[in-house]
Amino acid sequence: MLKVNNIHTFYGKIEALKGISVEVNEGEIVTLIGANGAGKSTTLKTISGQLHPTEGDVQFLGETVSGMLSHEVTAKRIIQVPEGRHIFPQMSVQENLDMGAFLRNDKAEIAADIERAFELFPRLRERKNQKGGTLSGGEQQMLAMARAMMAKPLLLMLDEPSMGLAPVIVDTIFETIVRLNKEGMTILLVEQNAHMALSIANRGYVLETGKVVLEGPGKELLANELVRKTYLGEV
Amino acid sequence: MGGSKMELRTELDTGKWTTKRIVSYVLLALVVVGLPIYFQSVGNMFMVRIAGVIGIYVLLSLGLNIVVGYAGLLDLGYVAFYGMGAYAGVLFGFVVQDWLRSLSFLGDKADGFTFWLMLPVAALAGAITGLALGTPVLRLRGDYLAIVTLGFGEIVRIFLTNYSKLTGGAAGLPRVGESIPAAAGQQWAIDTFSMGDFVFTKNLFWYYLIVLLCLFAVFVIRRLDDSRLGRSWVAMREDEVAAASVGISITKTKLWAFSLGAMWGGIAGVTYAYWIGFISPESFNFMESVLICCMIVLGGMGSIRGAVLGAVIIAGLPEIIRWLATLDIFSGFITPEQASLLGDYRFLIFGGLMVVMMALRPQGILPSKRRARELHPIDESIKEHEDQQIWEAEHNTNTPNHDL
Repeated sequence: MLKVNNIHTFYGKIEALKGISVEVNEGEIVTLIGANGAGKSTTLKTISGQLHPTEGDVQFLGETVSGMLSHEVTAKRIIQVPEGRHIFPQMSVQENLDMGAFLRNDKAEIAADIERAFELFPRLRERKNQKGGTLSGGEQQMLAMARAMMAKPLLLMLDEPSMGLAPVIVDTIFETIVRLNKEGMTILLVEQNAHMALSIANRGYVLETGKVVLEGPGKELLANELVRKTYLGEV
Repeated sequence: MGGSKMELRTELDTGKWTTKRIVSYVLLALVVVGLPIYFQSVGNMFMVRIAGVIGIYVLLSLGLNIVVGYAGLLDLGYVAFYGMGAYAGVLFGFVVQDWLRSLSFLGDKADGFTFWLMLPVAALAGAITGLALGTPVLRLRGDYLAIVTLGFGEIVRIFLTNYSKLTGGAAGLPRVGESIPAAAGQQWAIDTFSMGDFVFTKNLFWYYLIVLLCLFAVFVIRRLDDSRLGRSWVAMREDEVAAASVGISITKTKLWAFSLGAMWGGIAGVTYAYWIGFISPESFNFMESVLICCMIVLGGMGSIRGAVLGAVIIAGLPEIIRWLATLDIFSGFITPEQASLLGDYRFLIFGGLMVVMMALRPQGILPSKRRARELHPIDESIKEHEDQQIWEAEHNTNTPNHDL
């Protein structure tokens, strides 16, 4: 479904990605793990069109999407939940969800999808008319995910969904990711919480300073000695 | 679940026609329509002219409000569009005037059509200038954007001053031997509405024309506010990353804001030029940009009513104080000399007013609800408190994921 072919991405003069290749097949949860600065988020941003690779390309359903701008990638229904959530703080929960459906015109279906989003995150229904900015961190993450779902993604990309959240909320978020995946959603997940990410992922990639150093099924990586030592803190 | 209709209207009103609302609209209409007639009938021609000038500023502040209030892009060079509209309207108008005269079937009415043809041309000139400024500054925000736009405004003024071959330089337009043609309809209005002692003057004609343009602007801008573009502006203002991630093109949204805002500047410019019959680069200096910005800040950013009120206060108050001072009933409070002195110190007063506004009411006098919220940041401690509550709730129930 998604093929990232040997991309090199620069921040100014700094080469953040030194040839990364990642593949996501339909129906999979694929995770990118690695330390700070390994290039996980950069990879995601390159796919979503916030950054552009100087070399290599990104193919989505046979179409080259690298070089497209963010909103054009969104129109291809590759939807990113940005790192740090980025909800609209002064819009109500309902309005945030409406904005998620910005590119859609089918009123009845949008209403049905909002209902679905509320089923997925009942807490959002309770806070339907509350401003996005007044929600707690966990609720904002839920809102960001629900808003992404409003765009009917073919590929959902989550950038550090657990960042800065209470453990309980992280559980909820991860269970939702699994549930969405069971319902057929293809997910590309970037996480610092390697253990949780690998335990729900079909496949994972371990990134180190802009390169893929390991890849394989989630369970295998979880058992891998290097991964256990480096990312799971086990000696 | 209720309808999912977006309620992004930035105005405060709910759209209900209550008696109070109808009465206040009628009163407002009476003042807007009637006051200049009253001034004219008592022979105070100066105030009629001031009323027209206020109208021009209302147009300008409505236009700038699109850029600053809706899209959140601080533009300190708005006067550039005002100037471009005026100069494009007059210079191109001379050419069109010649062409109109060559059309024999128009006869002696030819000149009058110039203004009406130049109105859309100046709007276009403003919009194109807006794009010309908007394109290179797409990546700039906040202070940086303000500085570049400020510079742009000055560049346009200096260009108009120095390229004297085309623009007549500091001496302005029209040059000797040229004249800006009167608009068709002016003489007709003067002949039709003058009754007995009451003379319907040129200034009254232009005043009502400007009022109509303002009403048109309010109508168009309200429609914009409710449109997809209006929603994009709000989204972009609140969070650019999020806006892009839901599929909004930041480039397009910003350029639309710049060009649609600048368009009203162009319209105001050509109207001013054909009314006054003379323009010079000094009419389009930096202080004008600052004044227009003050109008929006004072009135309330992102609010149409705020923009109108701000323009009336800033453009009108010094003159209104001066006028009130000449009335007998106020003669005890303030002498005309003192009032005139007050007018001279108006920038000082506006400056002080801005400081007071920023401290006490940063959202302006008649703010948009949404903007007011943005200027009163959400208390972070509330959020922490809520996370704590969630955590406790999840733990007490012993079913951590009861949501799912």
